[in-house]
This record gives sequence, structure tokens and C-alpha cells, in this order.
Amino acid sequence: MSILIDKNTRVITQGITGKTGQFHTRMCVAYANGKNCFVAGVNPKKAGEDFEGIPIFASVKDAKQQTGATVSVIYVPPAGAAAAIWEAVEAELDLAICITEGIPIKDMLEVRNKMKRRQAQGGKKTLLLGPNCPGTITPDEIKIGIMPGHIHKKGRVGVVSRSGTLTYEAVAQLTELGIGQSSAVGIGGDPINGLKHIDVMKLFNDDPETDAVIMIGEIGGPDEAEAARWCKEHMKKPVVGFIAGVTAPPGKRMGHAGALISGGADTADAKLAIMEACGFTVTRNPSEMGRLLKGLI
Amino acid sequence: MKIHEYQAKELLRAHGVPVPRGYAAFSVREAEEAAAKLGGSVWVVKAQIHAGGRGKGGGVKLARSAAEVTTLASQILGMQLVTHQTGPAGQKVRRLLVEEGADIKKEYYVAVLTDRATQKVCVMASSEGGMDIEEVAHATPEKILKVFVDPLVGLTDAQATELASGIGVPAASVPAAVDVLKKLYACYMDTDASLAEINPLILEGSGAIKALDAKFNFDANALYRHPEIVAYRDLDEEDPAEIEASKFDLSYISLDGNIGCLVNGAGLAMATMDTIKLFGGEPANFLDVGGGASAEKVTEAFKIMLKNKSVKGILVNIFGGIMKCDTIAEGVIAACKAVNLQVPLVVRMKGTNEDLGKQMLKDSGLPIISADTMAEAATKIVKAVA
Repeated sequence: MSILIDKNTRVITQGITGKTGQFHTRMCVAYANGKNCFVAGVNPKKAGEDFEGIPIFASVKDAKQQTGATVSVIYVPPAGAAAAIWEAVEAELDLAICITEGIPIKDMLEVRNKMKRRQAQGGKKTLLLGPNCPGTITPDEIKIGIMPGHIHKKGRVGVVSRSGTLTYEAVAQLTELGIGQSSAVGIGGDPINGLKHIDVMKLFNDDPETDAVIMIGEIGGPDEAEAARWCKEHMKKPVVGFIAGVTAPPGKRMGHAGALISGGADTADAKLAIMEACGFTVTRNPSEMGRLLKGLI
Repeated sequence: MKIHEYQAKELLRAHGVPVPRGYAAFSVREAEEAAAKLGGSVWVVKAQIHAGGRGKGGGVKLARSAAEVTTLASQILGMQLVTHQTGPAGQKVRRLLVEEGADIKKEYYVAVLTDRATQKVCVMASSEGGMDIEEVAHATPEKILKVFVDPLVGLTDAQATELASGIGVPAASVPAAVDVLKKLYACYMDTDASLAEINPLILEGSGAIKALDAKFNFDANALYRHPEIVAYRDLDEEDPAEIEASKFDLSYISLDGNIGCLVNGAGLAMATMDTIKLFGGEPANFLDVGGGASAEKVTEAFKIMLKNKSVKGILVNIFGGIMKCDTIAEGVIAACKAVNLQVPLVVRMKGTNEDLGKQMLKDSGLPIISADTMAEAATKIVKAVA
């Protein structure tokens, strides 16, 4: 098993006709069961056409009705990306995965509050992964996003991270040690996002085919601490933790819009201390994530 | 993106928030003219730099005569103003704000920012105006009041009243304070700000409420729809290396160490800096070349790192995913030749076409030190610069 997606997931690509959408759709189709998984694209101006055999529909709603897809991946440029997320929500998909980097924070605030309001009024809950994330992969089954498929190996360790390349780093270390992954999830580097560490940890905790987790965070925001506190009470599986940014100066945005130290509690040191106190095996050496995990299983 | 106080006050004024009358001045003569236009008998001469703590650093002075305006303006313009936010070298003052004096009866603090945990807009207020809010938060957190605003609803009268009354604004002035809070909130949302702070917000003897100082930061992702904010950008206040890097779509931040690092991905870039530190070195910069690094981009990145004369060695750490290691190797080789690299270089490449990339570096005949893991790379570069 896995979390969020598997070989039976059917995916709509929003922004399939753009350069990024085309490139990554090709790569996703080529990975494992991708040929069967990526069943639709959306572009109102190109409805009725196809992208390399994948039919294009005018809207997410149409695409869902015609194909039965329940997940979308979004490569739409920043100015229209929040609207694309909302379209996926209104079409009542199970999950929208937003890869787009650079969405205005106000747009994300508005769409997140619209999602919460809709749900509070009894609407269907659509999960959001990202934005500004690499996506998620269940090795040997399906890859939705921009991660390199070939570094992954099917197995029983979960990986969750805000950073794309740090996720790849952790995955590659595991694969080199012969340890496969159940799912690897990039939650994205933006301050206002969908699924957070805590949400993904809950999913891994409930997944019978995940035995242990590597949780990677970075400076800025309360999410890692919140996840660690939840894990202390509920997590039944060992967790290796790493936080990037011990050397980051306060008040400076370190590449990711969300990687900004703005108070006392969101430094790497503070988060590492909380994670350690909550029972994680933490490291300050990112080259050790795989080896430490191996020691726990 | 940050702006100056006088620009922040222009924005507030445009949104109907009362601010003191004042004019920006780029020379002593303009300061004198500003004082003459304002009239009266008391003026405030304020250094305009992006860092906070200007008053304590000697950048904000009161003048009681036209002659004193001249003296203070000459003193402050051109000075290296050192505050707790500028670093020891300070920041050169190139602009002034000359304002009318204010009749301060009481000082408050108000601010608007985005709250990540609740995904709402947080409006904060405190009775302890004019002070460093970080200190207030640390020493007397109970004196900071917060309300969380649903951006789909906006700041309500009830919320604004709760804040105004809660920080002790006298009943007669509460409506004026509520009005300021609502307009500040509107200004924050309209401009895609990431921080809007008035400190102090003052109560005047007359009962009027006025913004005596103001600070704004803006969401870089939203600047494309705010040319009026982009026009406020002051390149003199930014690190020249960071400006240069931004032209090539590189994310660069100067640090104090001597090991330059070039990495793809923000998280991995931070992790690389951390690893250098862990093995006894000090990173000279943060540099994320992003997802689509071309040979040209890598060469520019090398040039920017090497402009920093403290750099005694460079560590390249690339996880080739979509970006292939051979492409990066090509870029690194081209960059070494283009800049005639004189400092030690350690390259760690992982991922797609890793072996091909490593072979290309080896065949180049350049003295490039290769490493397999981040830890090994950091150990080698720390040793090389020792």
C-alpha cells in the first residue's frame, strides 16, 4: 500500500499544454503505470484536442466526468494557479497537487479559506498538496510531479519534506542502502499550503505498509514542531528528523518563500530540540538520514 | 521587498490613515525647503534607511529652528548609520524625511501580517508603542493583543474595537483608532504586503490618532501586479551581489564565511551550508541555482560568488533530477575556465547521469576535487581552505 496515490489513481493534468506541463507529463507517463494513470488534461481553448494521446477537456469538471479521475496535478503559471486549485476543489476531486512556484501569498490565503469554508458548509473535502512542491510518488506504481523517478525503490519507508532536492537526497540515501520507500511526499516550500507535516505523518502512521518515516523540515513557521508534538502522543513508528537552515540568518528569505526565521521558535535549532524531545532520532548531518533510519528498522 | 518610511507613509496617506505632514529630502537644501514648506517651529529630521532602530543609532533628531534643520540634515545625510539591524558597518544615509513635530500623548503599536498556522491575517496591537516589539513579546507577551481575520470577511468593527479598547485607547478616540486599523488592513491587502507595521501609532493631545512611523514588507511573488510598489524599490539599500544574482534568476544571499556554495534547491542549499558548518567551516553564501541551470547560469553564479573576496574555496552540490549531472559538469568546467578559477573547488554530484558528469570533470584536467556525499564534500572543502 502507500499514501495518497497508487497505481489505480487516475490523474488530470491542469496546465498540460504549457512547456512545463508537457515535459513533466511525458516523464510521469513514462514512469511505472503512468500510461494508464494520466488520463486527462485541461485547457478551455483546446478542448477536444489531445496531448500525445491524452484527451484535453475544457474544465476539470468535464475531465472528471468523462474519465473518472479523482486527482489533479497543476502546472498552471503563478497568476492563475490559485484559480486552478479552486477549480479542482469545485470539481470535488480527492486531491489536487500544485507544483507551481511563485503564487502570491494572498491568492493562497483566499483559496485556502474558501476551501475551509466550503468544507465547513458540508462540501466535499479536497486535499491540497503544495504549492511550490515536487509532488508525490509511490515507487513502481505512480509518480505525480517533477521528481526523478529512477532514484526511488519500492519499499516500506515514508519520506516527507518541504524541499524537493532534500527529498531526493533522503530517497537516494535510502535506495543506496537497499531500503525502499512506500511514498515520498513533497509538501512544498510556501508559507500558506495544503497538507502539512502533521497531516502526512498521520497518513504514514495509518499506512500498514509504512514501517518508519524520514521527516525533513526547514526554518520558518510552526509546522514541524506541531507535527513532532502530535507524533509524541500518537506515532507508532520510528522517525528520523532533519531541519535545514541551522546557518540561516534571521529575517532573510532562504530561497523558499516560507523559509524565513521570524520569531524565536522557528529556528532550525528550536525545531530540532522539539523533535528530539518528542522522540525523533534527529541529526544535524543530512548525509546521515538514510543510515540513521536503517538503524531503526 | 522593503520600502522606506516616507514611502510607507505615502501608501498609508493614500489609504486614508492620518500621518504627519512631511517631505522626503535627498539633499540639505531639499531638507531646508521641506522645513520652510511645513512651517511651524518644530521639525523632525529622520534618516531613511531600510533597517530599524534608526532613533537609537542617532538617525532621528528634533530641530527647533531652521538653522538646526540645516545642521541636522548635514550631519545625518551621508552618515553610516549603525543600528542593531544594519550590522557593524552600518548603512549610508542617502535620503531624509523632514516632518512636522507631533504632540504625543500616548504611543501604541499596531501591525498586520499573515499567520501561517491559522492561514488567516493577524492584526496585532499593543499598549507598548515606540518599543522594539520583539522585546515586548519576550518580556510581557500579555501586552500584545491579536485578532485573526478571515480574508474572505475582512477586519470587522468588533475585532478592531476589541483591539483599540484592549490596548487602552481612550473611549473618545476608539472610533478613530478603529478607522485606522481598518484602513491599515485594507492597505495591507490591496498592496499584497507581507508586513504592515505602525510603531508608534500615537494619540495626540487633541484625541487624534496618527501613524508616526511605518514599515512595510511586500510579497515578492505578487510584485508583478504592483508596478506602483516596484517603483519604490531602492537598490542602494540592497546587497549588490543579491541584485546581480536576481538578474540571472539565481537566489543568492551573502553570509560571513569563506566557503562559497552553489546548490540546486533551497532546502538542499541550506543543508549544504549547515554541513559545511558542521564540519568546521563557514559558508560565504546561500545560492540556489534553481531547476534549470544552464552553463551560462553556473558561470554567472561562480562570478557572483568570487566577487566576494572572503571566498577561499567553493563547494558545488547538485542533485541531478530533471537537471542532468553532465549538463552541470559542462557548466562547472565552462565556469572554471571563464573565471580562471584560483581557489579550490569541490564538486559533489548525485542523480541523473552522475557517472557521466564525474567523468567529464575528471577528463577536463582541471584541479576539481570530487566527493560522493555531502559530508565528504564538506570535509574536503573545509580542509582545502584551512
